[in-house]
Amino acid sequence: MATLVKTEEETMLADAARGFLDDAAPVTHLRGLRDAGETHDPALWKEMAQMGWAGILVPEEQGGSDMGHAAAGVLAHEMGKTLATSPFLSSAVIAATALRQVSDARGDALQRIASGEAIYALAVDEGNKFAPDATAMTAERVGNGFRLTGDKTFVVDGALADRLLVLARTEEALTLFDIPADRDGITRSAQNMIDARDSARIRFDGVEATGDDVVGQVDHAMDVLKPALEAGQAALAAEMSGLAAGAFGMTVEYLKERKQFGIAIGNFQALQHRAAHLWCETEVTASAILHAGRKLDEDPANATLAVSLAKARATSTAQLAVMEGVQMHGGIGMTDAFDMGFYMKRARVSAEWLGDYGYHAGQVARLRGF
Amino acid sequence: MLDIQDPEQFRSALRAWLEENCPEEMRDGAADETTICWGGKNWKFSSEAQKIWLERAAAEGLTVPTWPREYGGAGLDRAREKVFQEEMARINARTPLQSFGIWMLGPALLHFGTHEQKLEYLPPIARGEIRWCQGYSEPGAGSDLAGLQTKCEDMGDRWLVNGQKVWTSYADKADWIFALVRTDKESKHKGISFLLIDMTSDGVSTRPIKLISGASPFCETFFDNVKVPKHHVVGEVNRGWDVAKYLLTHEREMISGSGMFAGVSRSLGAVLADDSDGLTEPTLRAKAMEAEVDALAVGLTLERYKDQAEAGGGVGDASAMLKYMGTELNKRRHELLMAAGGSDALEWDGTHAGRAGDWLRTKANSIEGGTSEVMLSIVSRRVLGLPG
Repeated sequence: MATLVKTEEETMLADAARGFLDDAAPVTHLRGLRDAGETHDPALWKEMAQMGWAGILVPEEQGGSDMGHAAAGVLAHEMGKTLATSPFLSSAVIAATALRQVSDARGDALQRIASGEAIYALAVDEGNKFAPDATAMTAERVGNGFRLTGDKTFVVDGALADRLLVLARTEEALTLFDIPADRDGITRSAQNMIDARDSARIRFDGVEATGDDVVGQVDHAMDVLKPALEAGQAALAAEMSGLAAGAFGMTVEYLKERKQFGIAIGNFQALQHRAAHLWCETEVTASAILHAGRKLDEDPANATLAVSLAKARATSTAQLAVMEGVQMHGGIGMTDAFDMGFYMKRARVSAEWLGDYGYHAGQVARLRGF
Repeated sequence: MLDIQDPEQFRSALRAWLEENCPEEMRDGAADETTICWGGKNWKFSSEAQKIWLERAAAEGLTVPTWPREYGGAGLDRAREKVFQEEMARINARTPLQSFGIWMLGPALLHFGTHEQKLEYLPPIARGEIRWCQGYSEPGAGSDLAGLQTKCEDMGDRWLVNGQKVWTSYADKADWIFALVRTDKESKHKGISFLLIDMTSDGVSTRPIKLISGASPFCETFFDNVKVPKHHVVGEVNRGWDVAKYLLTHEREMISGSGMFAGVSRSLGAVLADDSDGLTEPTLRAKAMEAEVDALAVGLTLERYKDQAEAGGGVGDASAMLKYMGTELNKRRHELLMAAGGSDALEWDGTHAGRAGDWLRTKANSIEGGTSEVMLSIVSRRVLGLPG
């Protein structure tokens, strides 16, 4: 396997992304959207698409740059640092990974993802915990087609997306559908989540689908969805590691600046050791993130352990980083005017999305033989 | 075989060599205290196979695969070293030889030693002929290591050493000791030298310290007018602290890297499941899952740092992180093993003997080689740049 060190290409990508994001999408950008009651900035996504981010997992012949999952993780990490908001994970990572595995590649869908024209969201969750295998939504066979009925929740980017990847039950097994978000019978209601990003509840009331809307084969959703979910989980883990790094950076700066009892509070060993411990956790998590990206690029059929390891570690590290971030900032950390709260909220939402710590630690345990 | 540069071609040759040369009895899993081969003049092989395995591996330089071939190693680069580790793990082979000479003195000599010193000391380490121990700590100098007082006087034609070391691991079984001694009283850090002393010299005596685990891996070692030849100093006189710091980095990596990650090659949960009814107890199961996640991630970090070092980026003070995370994890692992073992694990002797001893031994992990608190202070000041 390639080494667990970033390649020159990945390092350049990270540097370029950092420069762009610091300028175009700092935390104040997210704050501005929230204050305006918006969850998405089409102009920002357009710029990201122009830089090739939307096509990072799309084959070159379909207009993408096809740099791979480790590179997607590098981008996600940088986006996490400033809490940049975009449909990158839903569309560029999850949907692109699902669709590129299908032989017909669903017409020009990948091209449209790469150009940023098509925004996808993944509709999997039905209860309050991630459990794709427990999907209850039905896709009843009617003639040559299907009729989809049921409710999805926590569809990230679901309100802004123009297409939906929907998981539904056909007979005894599961099937994945790719349908336009405005098809008759679909009702979307925005979920105003704590992190101020786009999320929706979606009702499917006898929505008609044809065989052409099926991604992959009927009753075999997991063949295409599993790699897509893992790609999303790995990239989300990378985003969370960036989030942790962003929160940690603010905290360390504060320890150096803030004076109490006449000296910088970074002099106090009680705080030094907690900061050092947190840094150790971020370092260890960074290894798991890069490893998951490499594994998805080089041995995707056997990447589950690596991916779940990354998501579990990223979840615990990000949550520790924001808790310590608020605590070490003291009272100011609790104010809305200060950015740390945005990090705390995003970390909490990301912890739940695509499987929480327990879900992924459980996967690790299962794959490690217990 | 060692002339093959291509990693995959090397793998085929190595695989064939291992098939022919690694005895069946040596393919029984990762090394622990009972299966390690330490070597040295006092070493008694636990089996003929252990002896054969050491001799064959040493003849190929595979006891110290990354050392240069002229000093007894195999001269492997990182890519082929990985192949070596993978192929050893694939057949579950024991490490043919482990020692402080390999882990600590060797790297220090390779970096600071003269060509003559390397030729004199490294090949016997690689062959397992000379066993070394470390003389760093003193009764009055623990975490404040540079406060050491063992006196080393320049007598013109030789050095004269007087003083006492403590926590000298396996000194009672070692042939030589590498020690930090004070050659200048006026300067704390720049008055220390790194000295190699033959344990059979007149005036050297040592006695084991019995630990709470019942074992005595550590000793007190005394120097009473010990005469040492002048050329036994490594690096410059009074600049031994540089050698010590370099070596401590290796020690930290060693402590976190060797055996500590048995959790990586061997699933903790699978081990626990053997004696706790399938790990059904929910809190134990949850803790085991967390420990497994962390062990895998720390193991990957060790790999990442090795890759980084090979790519030219030094690891430096970040090794304090490996030491801290690795040893704290190992303590957690053994707490869980005790919990899973229940009353069986409490037996001092009998069928289940050893588990409690191992558990108690791990309590030293976060003390030896620099305490966890010292590691956190190193990270805090040198990595994060916090004041103090």
